[in-house]
Order: sequence, then structure tokens, then C-alpha cells
Amino acid sequence: MLAFIVRRLASTVLVMGLVGVFIFLLLRLSPGDPAAIIAGDNATPAQIEAIRTSLGLNDRLVVQFAHWAARVLAGDLGISIFSNVPVATLIGQRIGPTLSLAATTLMLALALALAAGVTAAWKAGSLLDRVIMILSVIGFSLPVFVVGYLLIYVFAVTLHWLPVQGYTPLSEGVGPWARHLVLPSCALGLAYVALIARITRAAMLDVLAEDYMRTARAKGVATGPMLLKHALKNAGVPIITIVGIGIALLIGGVVITETVFNIPGIGRLVVDAISKRDYPIIQGVILLFSGVYVIVNLLVDLSYTLLDPRIRY
Amino acid sequence: MREAAVLSPAAIEAHRARRRGAGYFVRRNPTLCGGIIVLACVALAALIAPLIAGDPLALKPADRLSPPSHAHPFGTDHLGRDVWARTVYGARVSLTVGLAVSAISMGIGLLIGLLAGFSKPVERMVMRLMDGLMAIPAILLAVALLSLSKAGAVVVVAAIVIPEIPRVVRLVRSVVLGVREQPYVEAAVASGTKLAKILWRHILPATLPPLIVQATYISASAILIEAALSFLGAGTPPEIPSWGNMIASSRLYLALAPWTIFCPGLALAAVVLAVNLVGDGLRDRLDPRIARRM
Repeated sequence: MLAFIVRRLASTVLVMGLVGVFIFLLLRLSPGDPAAIIAGDNATPAQIEAIRTSLGLNDRLVVQFAHWAARVLAGDLGISIFSNVPVATLIGQRIGPTLSLAATTLMLALALALAAGVTAAWKAGSLLDRVIMILSVIGFSLPVFVVGYLLIYVFAVTLHWLPVQGYTPLSEGVGPWARHLVLPSCALGLAYVALIARITRAAMLDVLAEDYMRTARAKGVATGPMLLKHALKNAGVPIITIVGIGIALLIGGVVITETVFNIPGIGRLVVDAISKRDYPIIQGVILLFSGVYVIVNLLVDLSYTLLDPRIRY
Repeated sequence: MREAAVLSPAAIEAHRARRRGAGYFVRRNPTLCGGIIVLACVALAALIAPLIAGDPLALKPADRLSPPSHAHPFGTDHLGRDVWARTVYGARVSLTVGLAVSAISMGIGLLIGLLAGFSKPVERMVMRLMDGLMAIPAILLAVALLSLSKAGAVVVVAAIVIPEIPRVVRLVRSVVLGVREQPYVEAAVASGTKLAKILWRHILPATLPPLIVQATYISASAILIEAALSFLGAGTPPEIPSWGNMIASSRLYLALAPWTIFCPGLALAAVVLAVNLVGDGLRDRLDPRIARRM
């Protein structure tokens, strides 16, 4: 077990290292000479050259990468070209709304997807099962921004039940905070719900066909505990795997959802940076999101042994 | 004679289907046929766009934000441009991107995957590289690649292809690893067949059915990513109408003119749904191993 954790950690470090190389190369390939930007419009070529040397831009690429990686590991993601504020500070300012959105979406989506998937598997072949599966194909095909505008149009513009856009921090009360997050969470979570519901149904069907399920029924276990304790727990490994992989879907969706609902989170930060070509911000955010994805999937791998004691590494 | 002896269940079914005619096939594969019909209609509209729609770029400021009418079946946007014409021309972008991305990523992924499945040193290096690429969320990787140069159709396709390649490589490799141990491949190796010929004649055919299914899912995801990139202002440039940038440019007029957003939005959702239905239908026919579970 310990050997597995060490091996898995090593491969995580390797993957993050590769991500770092990709992002570093993107930074180097991006147009515009950072030295010229810092020096300003009236600098002489000699001044620019001096800044290049002091920034280490004349070193060999490997040396530059080592310096860059060391700074990133120390939490220094560079400085925004446009606002001259450290990228790490900007991300810190914007992380609250993004975390709120991600947390509410995850909880909502998991609850809904597991309920739909378990119901569909339990009633496999019935009308209810077919309706859930058709809805999940549709849900998986609807673009986040189309769903977002549809929800805004119906529930905010027409019915006036919920606010159109924007975000209120949790510190200003749970009510306003939650009211602003209902529509974004639904728009963002739809594809995720569809994905997880499909896998849950498939995994549950496999488990429900097992002999021990027939035994459970025969000894009189009630339907609820049978489905949840006997079946869902044993179907856990594929479900938790897709929950981890689906995080990528959620991360891409966060960027779009924050744009649609005008939420001042990390997604908006990166979208604004695209239009201004503020490369340090773009790269910092990609590094952060890739790190989240890799760590979530590491935790998913480690959770297999908890879910299924038969899995021994 | 030879055929009669080795008829596979699929071949028998195909023979029966021929006897029963097209109606039977449609009834047995409703999602596949429904998806194909929708896609065929959209593709036809995109091809004959100049015949069925006016100029997507013509400005008529007097007619701005007018609701759907006889002259403008989908209404007009905030610059007085015809939303129907823009939606029809937008289909060209989405379908081209969907086809191009799946074809190119299949080609590159197949090549890398075949090599990785058959050579240990290549496999180690390639699979680690793919793990690294997979760890970067597709939309963000595409955004980063697009930020490097001026947006154009070719750059957009390339930026969507790169994040899709690891998915193809993994699939091809997993199939190759399975097939490599089959007796007929061992026999080919033992009888001294060249590696290139083994890959081409014995391994490649086995990868095709799951690959075709994967190709449809990749086009669906490519169409969604292109629309998302254009919506974020990083994809198709504004002078070419695409469903994503139509929605982006109309987003301030949601309450005033919902048709400017929901017409392209509906077209986008319908096309992606149709492609996914074709994918599900093909999966049920070509890959019965997975189909049974789904």
C-alpha cells in the first residue's frame, strides 16, 4: 500500500512536471519580449539588453526553466503585464466566488446524478429509465452558455424569481449568496450530472446482476438499504473515477459560466486576460486548474482502497 | 462456400436486414437514423447557404432587433443583420471544425497509438507525455494555444486537435495491447512478417470500430469547444459568423431580443445532440462489448 502511494505520488509529480514544461514553453513562445515591455517605449536597445540579462532571458532554456519552476514552487506565478499585480495575489482575490460555485455545483450534481442513475438502474427497461437516459444524452449535448442564458431568460428575466447575474459573498448572508448561485450551478452542473448518471446506471446494472444482490433480496433487506448500502457502495469505483475525470468538464465550464453570469471569479480573470493578452495570468490560471485536476485524480486513485477493500496495491 | 462457413453474427444480421429493407433498419436503430437525418439536413443547409439565406454580414440599422417575421424568419440582431442567414452560415464553421478536428486527431492519434502499442520505449515516453497533456483542461489548453497567434480557422482547429489527441492515443493503445496477444498476430510475428505490415494488416482493422465511435464523440466535443472558444472571444474571428460568436455579440440583448441568442443556441444544441446520438447508435452496432453495459 505504502509502495503504491509512493509510486502514485511520483507519477503525479512527473505529470505536473510535464504540465509545467508545456506551460513554460507556451510562456516562451508567446509573442512580445517581456524585457521590451518592462523597459517601456523609450528604451534604447542597450537598456533592453541589460534588462534581458537581469531577467535571465539570455540563459539557456533549461536554466530558465529551472529558475521558473523554482519560483512557481515558491508560489510566485509572475506579475500581470497589464495591472502589474502578482498573479498569485489576483488569483487569491478571485478564488472565493469560484470555490463557492464549484462547491455548490459538485454537491448539487452528485446528489442529482446518483439519484437519477440509481433509479434508472433499479427500474432498468422501464419508461422512467428511458426518460432519464434520454435526458442525460440531451443534458450532455447542451452547451453551458446556452443552458445558462435559457435559465436566465426563464427564471430571472421572465419570472423574476432569481437575480439575473452577479455574485454576493457568503459574508453578506447565506440567502443572497445562495440565490446568486442557483442558476450558475444548474447551468454548470447539467453536463456533469448527465455524465455521472450514465456511468452510475451502468455500474449499478453490473452490481445488481451479482449473486450477493439476490442473496440480499432473499434475506429480506429493504429496497432502500439494498440499493444504497449493498449496490451503490459496490458500484463506487467506476463512479468515483468518472467524478474525477469529469472535473475537467467542470473546470472548462467554470470559465464559461462565470462569463455568462458575470461572476468575478478565476474564470473571469482568465477570460479578461485573453482579450488583453496578459500571458502570466493565462499561464498561472492554467497551472492552478491543471494542479487541481491532477490532485483530485490522485485522491480518486487513493480512495479506491477505501471504497473496495478487495483492491490491494 | 468459404463465406457460408465463417458468417459472423453481424454478417447474418446484415443479411437479414437487407431482406427486411430499410424500414426495419430504421426501427432497430432509431437514434442512429434520427441523428443522421438531422446532420444531413444541417449539412445540406450549410452547403446551399447562398441559395436559402441572404447576406449574413449585411447591416440594416433601421431593422435592428426586429423579432422573427416573414422577411427575417429568425429576426435580426443589434446591427440589423439577419439571424437566419448568420445561423445557416454558422453551420459551415461548426461542421467544418467537427469534421476537421476528428479526422486530424484520429490520424495523428492512430499513428502515435500504434507505435506506442508496439514499442516499449516509445510507449513509456509517449504515454507520460499524453498524461501531461490530459491534465490540462481542454478549453484552457486551446485558449492558451490560441493566445499565441492571430485567430483563424486553421489555428482554431489545431488548438482543439491538440487536447483531443491523448484520448485517441489511449484508446488505440488499449486496443493494440489486447490484439497484440492474439494468436493470429503471434503467428504473423513468428512467420517473419514485417512490423509495418503487421500494423497495417492485422492491428489497424481491430482498432477501427472503437475508433469510428470515438471519432463521432470527438466531433461533438470539438463543435462544443469551438462554440465555447468563440463565445469567450478567443475562437472564430467576429467577421465570420459562428454560433459561438453570434451568442457572444448578442448577450447584452437577451431580454430585448432572445431570438438572437436562442436561434444559434438551438442549432448548436441540435447538431451536438445529433452527433452524440449517431455516436451512441454506432457504439451499439460496432462495439457490442460496451453497448451491453450502457
